[in-house]
Amino acid sequence: MFDKGKVLGGIAVFICLGTFPLWYIAYQGKAAYPPDPVIYPGSGQCVESAEYMRKYHMQMLEKWRDQAVRQDDRFYTATDNKTYDISLTGTCLKCHPNKAEFCDRCHNYNAVAPNCYSCHNIPPQPTEASGGTK
Amino acid sequence: MNLDRRTFLKLASLGLLAIAAKPAIDLLTRPEIVRALGIESTLPGRLAMAVDLKACTAEAGCHDCILACHSVHNVPDIGTAKEEVKWIREATYGQAFSGQETQYAALKDARVLLLCNHCDNPPCVRVCPTQATWRRVDGIVMMDYHRCIGCRYCMAACPYGSRSFNWRDPVPYINDINLNYPTRTKGVVEKCNFCEERLALGQPPACVEACKKGALTFGELKPGTDIQRVLSKGYSLTRKSQLGTRPQVYYIV
Ligand code: HEC
Ligand code: HEC
Ligand code: HEC
Repeated sequence: MFDKGKVLGGIAVFICLGTFPLWYIAYQGKAAYPPDPVIYPGSGQCVESAEYMRKYHMQMLEKWRDQAVRQDDRFYTATDNKTYDISLTGTCLKCHPNKAEFCDRCHNYNAVAPNCYSCHNIPPQPTEASGGTK
Repeated sequence: MNLDRRTFLKLASLGLLAIAAKPAIDLLTRPEIVRALGIESTLPGRLAMAVDLKACTAEAGCHDCILACHSVHNVPDIGTAKEEVKWIREATYGQAFSGQETQYAALKDARVLLLCNHCDNPPCVRVCPTQATWRRVDGIVMMDYHRCIGCRYCMAACPYGSRSFNWRDPVPYINDINLNYPTRTKGVVEKCNFCEERLALGQPPACVEACKKGALTFGELKPGTDIQRVLSKGYSLTRKSQLGTRPQVYYIV
């Protein structure tokens, strides 16, 4: 192989640069720029635990959709035995009325674009962060 | 045990026959086969609507039911005949019952409300490739807008023209959005849903509630209900009943 040193050196430099974000996060202990969804103040508790919602809200909403539309069952019983109306507008956006600062901010960060709210209504958005936590 | 060859063979073949019968029975009782054989009759307790043509015609110019339905369900008012979206609309008797005009000549100019017939044997359901439309056990022919891919087979199959296609984004054409019912987008088909979202809350359909003349009656087809009483009093028609769709909107003549 010609220029063995240069080629291998180049590969080593490339690997270092390419994996830099991973090293950086490992060293820092947190992402350089987290999505920071704003929790609207005074909304109490989520339907399920925040941990669960973060991981599984997409599956949950899909289940809600089929349950309400196809099985005609419009209530969801959470693990803590509370019941919620199945409604994107009336339930999720009642506690998270700041959709742009909550759902959208997270989705933009993750490059997902759910189209639900092209049909489901968005009530008037409260302006500015209104002092939400996180 | 004392089993001669002959008895053994008899018993063994009987056993095999029993095993083979199971899949055959399963096959013959599948819903689509039952439907194809026409064994299934009108479901007891299914939902239906009765329209009193005389009471409705007497209120010329009244559109309360149409306005109520279209505002509750965020139906856009696009304004051109090609792109219009209609869940409930009106026509003359001649238009609605073409081929039967001579039968009730006195009704020639009667006004007839047209909406989805929620057929017992709905052709739209048979052709939908994604099962976005199906008949519920209570008889409502439902639309699942999430599954609709906009192929419009259902519109071609429906002999009543009850379905509309969204040729463009309907949202700018909705005057006053009802936040409690989602809108639709370009590329989906929509139609009357017998107000299933209101029935789920124990409310009557919006058109029935809006009609001040009591021309519309809604309910389950079973003894003792209002609609059964109204229908048993006089003679009623259904549209294009010769097609075998078993429509469930009855017009009292
Ligand atoms: C084409 C328009 C459209 C899109 C896009 C859409 N929906 Fe819907 N959705 C509707 C309509 C219309 C209803 C009401 C059906 C009914 O009650 O008859 C509905 C009902 C629902 C319901 C039950 C009641 C309610 O109001 O929330 C859920 C849950 C739901 N959709 C979830 C979703 C999710 C999750 C998405 C995105 C992945 C989504 N939908 C995208 C039109 C849409
Ligand atoms: C009763 C009010 C309420 C309702 C209804 C509600 N939420 Fe929440 N949600 C909250 C609160 C409060 C938090 C913050 C919980 C925490 O941090 O412990 C939260 C957290 C979340 C999170 C995690 C956010 C993060 O910072 O990681 C997601 C995702 C979420 N909600 C989605 C939804 C969705 C989707 C719905 C509709 C199905 C919904 N929520 C309905 C109050 C609500
Ligand atoms: C904590 C960050 C976060 C918040 C807050 C959040 N989401 Fe999500 N959401 C995600 C991620 C990440 C995905 C993508 C998951 C995947 O691709 O599997 C996602 C996916 C979805 C999907 C499925 C999209 C698809 O294409 O299948 C829906 C629907 C959805 N979110 C609805 C909501 C709604 C409604 C809210 C606000 C009430 C919300 N999300 C708030 C992070 C979030």
